[in-house]
Amino acid sequence: MQPLILKNKNKIALIVGILIAVGFISEWTIHNESIFAWSLIIGSVLGIIPIVIQAYQALRVKVVSIDILVTLAVVGAFIIKNYEEAAIVIFLFLFGAFLEQRTLNKTRSAIKELTEMAPESALKKMGDDEFVEVDVDEVDIGDILLVKTGAKVPVDGTIITGQGSINEASITGESLPVAKEKGLTVYAGTILENGTLQIVADRVGEDTTFGKIIELVEEAQDSKSEAERFIDRFSKYYTPAVLILALVLGLFTQNVELAITILVLGCPGALVIGVPVSNVAGIGNGARNGVLLKGSEVISDFSRLDTIVFDKTGTLTVGNPSVAEKEFYADNIDEALGYLASVERESDHPLAKAVLEKIGETTFSPVENTEVIKGGGIVAHVNGHRVAVGNAALMEKENVKLNEKARADIARFESSGNSLVITSVNGELKIVMGIRDQIRTGVKEDLRKLKKLKVKNLVMLSGDNQGTVDAVSRELGLTEAHGNMLPEDKSAYIKKLIDEGQIVAFVGDGVNDSPSLALANIGIAMGTGTDVAIETSDVVLMNSDFSRLPHALGLAKATARNMRQNIIIALGVVLVLLAGLLFSEWVNMSIGMLVHEASILVVILNGMRLLRYKLR
Amino acid sequence: MKKATIQLGTLTCPSCLQKIDNAVKALDGVDKESVNVLFNSSKVKLNFDDEILSIEKIENAITTMGYEVKKSQVRDV
Repeated sequence: MQPLILKNKNKIALIVGILIAVGFISEWTIHNESIFAWSLIIGSVLGIIPIVIQAYQALRVKVVSIDILVTLAVVGAFIIKNYEEAAIVIFLFLFGAFLEQRTLNKTRSAIKELTEMAPESALKKMGDDEFVEVDVDEVDIGDILLVKTGAKVPVDGTIITGQGSINEASITGESLPVAKEKGLTVYAGTILENGTLQIVADRVGEDTTFGKIIELVEEAQDSKSEAERFIDRFSKYYTPAVLILALVLGLFTQNVELAITILVLGCPGALVIGVPVSNVAGIGNGARNGVLLKGSEVISDFSRLDTIVFDKTGTLTVGNPSVAEKEFYADNIDEALGYLASVERESDHPLAKAVLEKIGETTFSPVENTEVIKGGGIVAHVNGHRVAVGNAALMEKENVKLNEKARADIARFESSGNSLVITSVNGELKIVMGIRDQIRTGVKEDLRKLKKLKVKNLVMLSGDNQGTVDAVSRELGLTEAHGNMLPEDKSAYIKKLIDEGQIVAFVGDGVNDSPSLALANIGIAMGTGTDVAIETSDVVLMNSDFSRLPHALGLAKATARNMRQNIIIALGVVLVLLAGLLFSEWVNMSIGMLVHEASILVVILNGMRLLRYKLR
Repeated sequence: MKKATIQLGTLTCPSCLQKIDNAVKALDGVDKESVNVLFNSSKVKLNFDDEILSIEKIENAITTMGYEVKKSQVRDV
């Protein structure tokens, strides 16, 4: 019986509303006092039933809830025969709860959309070429699964046959389909847009990347900051305190009207709900845009950021050195390029890879008498020619003459942060190549946006030499850049900044800089979707997409601002009502309830704005 | 010991959390430290001793409070 009544609370609210309308219409049109009184009495008695049940249930588990305040207020109104106010308060209370539920669902919609992307079933191989549809929970590691066009990939796995293009938006936030074929990894929750695949399950359920993301977001939306925990503790004692205050005042002044008005005004609403609502909407917006914010504490720290420290390689730069500049000093250069490629083909130096990539197709010749000169390069014989490949020091040692133009080129390449690969054949200069790690596209614009968001310092730390670091720093307009840093130097530097009282974020790929990620006030990981960094950091930029960083910061600031607004709205409403009660006549029980419910809706609607937040 | 995750119907008032929290903690066999009622995701997470208590009893305690239980998941700790 009780659950049945509670389930139909919304219908009861509707009936109460109709009864109130009938009462007032008959009062105004046919001036029938008894219809007026009776419809309000019936409405009140009907409407109070679910509230009394809730109050009783709460008392049974020793909670003084808002339902108790409302029940007592209505009883008080009956005592002084004010059926009108009793019915209106009940209606507003029930109807308010209904509206709250509807609007709260909206603020939670972004995260719900994410969790609903979770796969539910899989086609599992049972016998020879026989696939049976099973619940996704029944899939174990090592099972072979069939994924058809349009279906969700049920688990993280490896393709064993077939190929197709996959929409990985649920993992990376990037909706351009990715082509996948045998041997490549597919992720749970992504959608096979065309093709057919057979995969072997590597990770299932909550261990999949998607499962981890969902769990993380779900925990984040309910994680509480210190301020929220304070509000929670406060509201635990607040409601009983209001109850006692009303009783004492009522007994003292013998003014029932005053006592019941205080009961209604004292309902805590907007204050307790305001912050969680901003939190869930902000985190939801992030989840939709490839930014995982781990909870309201993170949002609050992130929004007050002073300094962002960047790792260079793989964060600001692509992390893959390539030939950025080249100059030739002979007319027929193909032969020299062929020799250079032949020599570099036998080396495992990282620069050699970049050189080979640049040269591409060429004629390779056998290489003899290879000699590695430490700190210089390589000298070898190719087709009977003496070929030297290395830096300026090696050229000097080989007595290679550098003309004025070559010297100018070398100086220019070095000053823009390149490592040099110089090639000579039989003591004659042929090729100079400048190799550097390229800056990621769009990073410059993103950093400008961060500055606009009032980040005071943009610092880059790198293990590379200071020349390279300075060149990148100049190009990007950073505030500070330090080279020659080991991972422990980086974390020591961050500690120094924090000790100076700055709030510091560190952005890295989490490969060798996890100490820095952990030490910084906000660790921001460039996640590729599979990284452990997802677990250790505070903010994750999905798909290693640097361009999401300004959105993440803007969103954190907007969310923190939204929380403050909601707290101010809630406190302001209580103060205005109290002042109205003490110093004027306009506040009564119904108006109190109306303002109270309205303020709850206002904070929810205010929170909802975050779902549409976009960085301008 | 088992770990339960119970999905509830949408929670709208923060005082609901307190009610559910107290109701679940009052059951014999529940690890009180582990009880976590999540407002936005409308979930209850807790550990309980399956020799003393069953998941049905926990669900029942929540439904008699007037909250809908949508789905429960029980796993070994």
